Amino acid sequence: MIAINIHELTKDYFVGFWRKRRVRALDQLSLTVNEGEIFGFLGPNGAGKTTTLKLLMRLIYPTSGHAEILGKPFDDVAMHAHIGYLPENPYFYDYLTAEEFLAYSGRLFGLSSTRVKSKIDELLQVVDLKDARRLQLRKFSKGMLQRAGIAQALINDPEIIFLDEPMSGLDPIGRREIRDLILGLKREGKTVFFSTHILPDVETLCDRVAIIYKGKLLGCGSLTELLVGDSSAIEMVVSQFNYELQTALRLIATDQNVAGNMLRLTLPDQAALFNALDAVRAHGGQVVHVHPLKESFEDYFVKLFANESISKAP
Amino acid sequence: MNKILAIAQNTFKEAIRDKILYSLILFALLMIGSSLILGMISINIETKVTVDVGLSSMSVIGAVIAVFIGINLVHKEVDKRTLYSILAKPVRRTEFILGKFFGLAFTLFVNLVIMAIGLVLVLAYVKGQAYSRGQVTEIHASLFVAVFLIFLQLLLITGIALVFSSFSTPTLSAMFTLALYFIGQFNADIKHFGVEAGNVAVRMITSGLYYLLPNFGNFNVIAGVSHGKPIAAALVVYDVAYSIVYLAILLSAAAMIFSQRNLK
Ligand SMILES: Nc1ncnc2c1ncn2[C@@H]1O[C@H](COP(=O)(O)OP(=O)(O)O)[C@@H](O)[C@H]1O
Ligand SMILES: [Mg+2]
Repeated sequence: MIAINIHELTKDYFVGFWRKRRVRALDQLSLTVNEGEIFGFLGPNGAGKTTTLKLLMRLIYPTSGHAEILGKPFDDVAMHAHIGYLPENPYFYDYLTAEEFLAYSGRLFGLSSTRVKSKIDELLQVVDLKDARRLQLRKFSKGMLQRAGIAQALINDPEIIFLDEPMSGLDPIGRREIRDLILGLKREGKTVFFSTHILPDVETLCDRVAIIYKGKLLGCGSLTELLVGDSSAIEMVVSQFNYELQTALRLIATDQNVAGNMLRLTLPDQAALFNALDAVRAHGGQVVHVHPLKESFEDYFVKLFANESISKAP
Repeated sequence: MNKILAIAQNTFKEAIRDKILYSLILFALLMIGSSLILGMISINIETKVTVDVGLSSMSVIGAVIAVFIGINLVHKEVDKRTLYSILAKPVRRTEFILGKFFGLAFTLFVNLVIMAIGLVLVLAYVKGQAYSRGQVTEIHASLFVAVFLIFLQLLLITGIALVFSSFSTPTLSAMFTLALYFIGQFNADIKHFGVEAGNVAVRMITSGLYYLLPNFGNFNVIAGVSHGKPIAAALVVYDVAYSIVYLAILLSAAAMIFSQRNLK
């Protein structure tokens, strides 16, 4: 089942006071998100992630294109009862307490007051804000606001949760908590769509990712699909090596360096690996580890954007 | 409906948790109380002065509250982005506008009730003083009708402020709303001017403006009431009908403008 289907979504902003200039923040974005998956929406600052989410939440209106969420048009009011949304750098009514804010959120979903009450108890526990229940939001730290924001996004037990940079500005513990929370949502069978500009978030969490840059989709798929590159290369580390072994290996490896008492080799393919292992057996030495070299996601990311800027250059 | 109520309650909650509101009410109560001093200077006309000063304070302070909360009603939520999490929920923008309006309307209602109680207490005191001197003064029911007409006027101001707030900055909204408030006080004169000018074109323009711009002339009964004159029932009926129609137009306009808007 398809949870979110975005079709050629485009958004132009008009900037400047006098002579308005058109800025295309989102350019014909098309992608689909499957039900039950954690989908990472990845791109550097200014890529158009927030714009996409604001369009889906009908906070701004598209210049062209359309989108369906749960099979309904994105601007279907009733459909919005089944989704949750955490805005970027959330800011809420600072005169309300956490509890009041969640109650208000629940009422806007048309939930009964008993249902809202039990849900508040449950969610304050989940996001670890039980002690801050009666604290005004103005006294909340950034991490606490983020968690209150997640709680309001979950108050209606949504089928899809949209999170805009849920981990930005959080310390490592906070990031960890949110990561676990997202994984918990997946276990409950929910679909999570979250935007981020931070690679490790995506690498450790997502089933699939979309990469967006300057409003354009650069790639979409599972991480293994996106991480092509020279996966045949192998890294091998050897210890207790002597001069003869080092000389022998120099002929086989494409790259070799010594760090402390370790010799680190890059081998171009399987054949080279077997030759290297023969050399180790012949000259004595100990294999510490062997592992296939994969292009890191970061390398991929950097390369992608580099290509993109080169092809755009006049 | 429940959603509009929830938004209205939240708007009211915000207003009553704001300290500025209390200072304004306190100020109004002080003004009402100060009429006692004025009353003492002008012997025998205490009641008149107290009613006049009291109702005028309620009208002016009420207008100040309506304008300064009204111009911020929508703009502040857009600016601080508190609206993002609200409008992403199954809430229509029209529901948001109506919730905001009713929230401020209720805030103004509560304020007027507090100020009216203050005024009645002061009047009761004045009455007691007069009685001890062997004079009899009365608190007329028309006092409360006057307060009701002030309330209607404040609702219209709120509606106007809301229209501007739905697309403009607070500063511009305040300027426009205050301008319309003052023009509205003299709107009837515009029509008179047209009639007296005799020129058909001028008359058409002035009567057009007369119907387009708010007309608060028919809501000002303070002078009459302070002189103990009754308020004609027909006037009240006319004012209620006028308020309903004018508010319906204002709120539709605010909802329509706001529904089109891309939030910042
Ligand atoms: N309200 C706006 N008016 C004009 N330009 C905007 C507005 N919002 C965003 N932009 C521009 O659109 C682009 C995408 O922004 P955004 O969606 O916020 O990116 P991201 O969330 O990926 O960091 C940026 O170039 C940004 O400057
Ligand atoms: Mg963003």
